[in-house]
Amino acid sequence: MHKVAIIKFPGTNCDEDVLWVTKYVVGLDANIVWYKDFSLNTWDAIIIPGGFSFGDWLRAGAIAARTRAIEELSKVLDYGIPVLGICNGFQVLVEAGLLPGALLPNESGKFICRWVRVKVERPRGPWLRLVNDGDVLDMPIAHAEGRYYVDEDTYNSLVVKSPLLRYVNGYNFNGSSYDIAGVATLDGLVLGLMPHPERASEDVMAPKGFKANGKVIFESLARSLKEGW
Amino acid sequence: MLIFMVEAIITNKRSVRDPEGETIHKFLVLRRGYNSVKGIRTGKYLLFNVEASNPDDALSKVKEICEKLRIYNPVVHDIEVRLRA
Repeated sequence: MHKVAIIKFPGTNCDEDVLWVTKYVVGLDANIVWYKDFSLNTWDAIIIPGGFSFGDWLRAGAIAARTRAIEELSKVLDYGIPVLGICNGFQVLVEAGLLPGALLPNESGKFICRWVRVKVERPRGPWLRLVNDGDVLDMPIAHAEGRYYVDEDTYNSLVVKSPLLRYVNGYNFNGSSYDIAGVATLDGLVLGLMPHPERASEDVMAPKGFKANGKVIFESLARSLKEGW
Repeated sequence: MLIFMVEAIITNKRSVRDPEGETIHKFLVLRRGYNSVKGIRTGKYLLFNVEASNPDDALSKVKEICEKLRIYNPVVHDIEVRLRA
């Protein structure tokens, strides 16, 4: 049975939701792992869930990014282990330099919690295996520091060649440059996104007018671990 | 050994918008007629109390910390490290 690690820091609060979806909605074996106990070798995939690691002090994700657990993660590219960062997990991955760009305080200065639609471009890799180019996914966002920033050179040379999630017109509430909601490495092995797929994996979770489309990310992982990607 | 106070001031790069600074500028300062103020940038301030034998050592230690532990994010921030007078 494939094993998925869900890394927990002090302040992480979406770990149980991610565990629920990976285990009971898509049927993978998963464990919540305290960051001090984490080591790379025993896992088939790694998820860094949302929350407020280390109280978001300094910058969201900045302190978690300097822990041994995350410094170990830079080896995943060599080992080929899929890594997903959701919300605070995405912030950790950009702070660790595993994904390009940065996440700044929302343009409004406020915490924003609402459903959005994101469009997927160039889906590749284990997390987007079952997604088609141009598919629109409905999921909720809930963050104070989600304004994605990337300089023009990095955007043109790297980001537009990699798998990408963009807020559909009218849904970029945090002021992200290029409407970016999520970015990945070129091969899609490492994916980070601000919306919460684990809060959009069962129909009962979706409000009127939206669909619970986050499930496809976890289903993609389950299929990828069985059949490759 | 002496204790030196070293300041680190972190602000967004010029190319990165600072909505808080823009709001203070536009809706507080300019609105009250201080038109000579051409811009405001907000930031984060850290004060390090460092034990060292001389001020240069204290300064270089803090600079090293800011780089290695990524006290600022070079993707979006500028940092100024200086001795407190």
